Amino acid sequence: MKKSNRLSTDTLIKLFIYVALITLAISIIVPVAWVFLASIKQNKEFYGSPWSLPEGIHFQNFIEAFREAQMGEYLFNSIMVTALALIILLVVALPAAYVLSRFNFNGNRLLNSIVKAGLFINVSYVAVPIFLMLLDWDTSLNTIFGQEFLLNNRFMLALIYASTALPFTIYLLSSYFKTLPSDFEEAASIDGAGYYRTMFSVMFPMAAPSIVIVILFNFLLFWNEYILALTLMPAKNQTLPVGLLNLMAAERAAVNYGPLYAGMVIVMLPTLILYILVQKRLTEGMTVGGVKG
Amino acid sequence: MSKTKSRGLFIALCVSPALILLFVFMFLPTIEVFRMSFYQWGGFSNTKQFVGLDNFKLLWNDMNFIRAFQNSVFLIVIVATVTFTFAIFFAAILTKERVKGGNFFRIIFYIPNILSIVVIAGIFSAVYDPSNGLLNSILGLFSLDKLQQMWLGDQEIVIYSLAAALVWQAIGYYMVMYMSSMAAIPPSFYEAASLEGASKFKQFTSITLPLVWNNIRTTLTFFIISTINLSFLLVKAMTGGGPDGSTEVFLSYMYDQAYGNSTFGYGMAIGVIVFLFSFFLAAIVSHITKRDVLEY
Repeated sequence: MKKSNRLSTDTLIKLFIYVALITLAISIIVPVAWVFLASIKQNKEFYGSPWSLPEGIHFQNFIEAFREAQMGEYLFNSIMVTALALIILLVVALPAAYVLSRFNFNGNRLLNSIVKAGLFINVSYVAVPIFLMLLDWDTSLNTIFGQEFLLNNRFMLALIYASTALPFTIYLLSSYFKTLPSDFEEAASIDGAGYYRTMFSVMFPMAAPSIVIVILFNFLLFWNEYILALTLMPAKNQTLPVGLLNLMAAERAAVNYGPLYAGMVIVMLPTLILYILVQKRLTEGMTVGGVKG
Repeated sequence: MSKTKSRGLFIALCVSPALILLFVFMFLPTIEVFRMSFYQWGGFSNTKQFVGLDNFKLLWNDMNFIRAFQNSVFLIVIVATVTFTFAIFFAAILTKERVKGGNFFRIIFYIPNILSIVVIAGIFSAVYDPSNGLLNSILGLFSLDKLQQMWLGDQEIVIYSLAAALVWQAIGYYMVMYMSSMAAIPPSFYEAASLEGASKFKQFTSITLPLVWNNIRTTLTFFIISTINLSFLLVKAMTGGGPDGSTEVFLSYMYDQAYGNSTFGYGMAIGVIVFLFSFFLAAIVSHITKRDVLEY
């Protein structure tokens, strides 16, 4: 008697657990899937029940988003900025992380704490001061060269993205370099390799797993970022998320939903594909850093 | 001699680009936030005037700022409570219970974290749409028409709608984080407890929770900073602070004043207050959640 009673509470708990898990899963899958379905609906279908399946594949939405809302151009800008920012970030962060974690020199601790302090600086605070700074420099450049080129500049945006990601990236790479035994450097030194050789041909290749994690995280960060892009690119060269914001405002005013959802799909599809390919690495790598901006 | 010299050169070459970038684009702007908060500056007119603490005095009587303050604090408290409860609960389930498809759930729950805030704003605009939004139509389906709301149009409700979106976005991230620290707890602890007849709930409160407590503490501190940031990004993309300023939060008010209104000095004064407040709050939270760290 007692035993069967115990059994039924266990089943109840199991049931409760599954209901909770499935509810949360549905609350995530359904809205995301709905956006995908909505992106191939015709405009008149939006006036019926939101749960009706698309009547056909109305690919026109994507063409409209690319042609009329310039999503193609935004996509190009996003790819350029993200790729450039990742390259700058790796070129700058890798040597810095290596030296800060494996060399003893005067001021090492101070520099390490400066980098850590950077973890607490939030992009949202500094967006406007950076804008003012670039505006100021642009005004000076204008008087000298008769041209402004710091605002609305893809390279500048990429450089600033890379800078804002530096503290976290250096922190993450340093904690990996620290785990490597010093035998490698000693062996390289005996073989006659200098500091540069050792760094490029011995240490960096070994850091490959954490470099992959750095690229994954920062790809998501740069691809999805919008407040710096919105602030620093007021006139042209806007990136996808900013373009999507414009599209959202325009399409809502014109009550034309199809291209809006097509735009959302264009923004999230690359990140979703990447996530599905590497989800295991991403969720495992996250615990290495343990900090979110 | 030349060996130490080349070593020094190597160190300088490796470290200086990072330090220069950090200084120019992170520390200098932060210093600027503090410096500009003492100036009355109308922006493009370029007439900067030192006014001392006047901006801060103005803030004290600015009802819009006080409302933004209340909204932010409300969001931090409610989103933190709900997110952490769910994240810890689901993490415990997925690590300690034998759940079918546990991997599948983990993958799905993490998805919101990889989406752009702009996309999340778009998704929730579709969910909350008053006439043919997903939420109202579900309520209609179960004939709960009474519960149908103007989720983003009603000043009383809109802040809860925002909180729900923020929770939706954050659960998976923190869950995955706790899962890894829970998975590191040796199974023998649970076996011993189980032999002595401790219930699952008891095991959770006296083994799991104390052992991951330090992790929870750290994430809570960062959660405060991140919620101040994310609530701004979401508000900016979804409601623009409306209707009628009812969803204005710390940084959205700062951004509106500094960038939209071009009253930079005033905007930066808001930034300073938020900056100090978030550190203060993080310090308090870190202090009151302090427990002796248990090792295993």
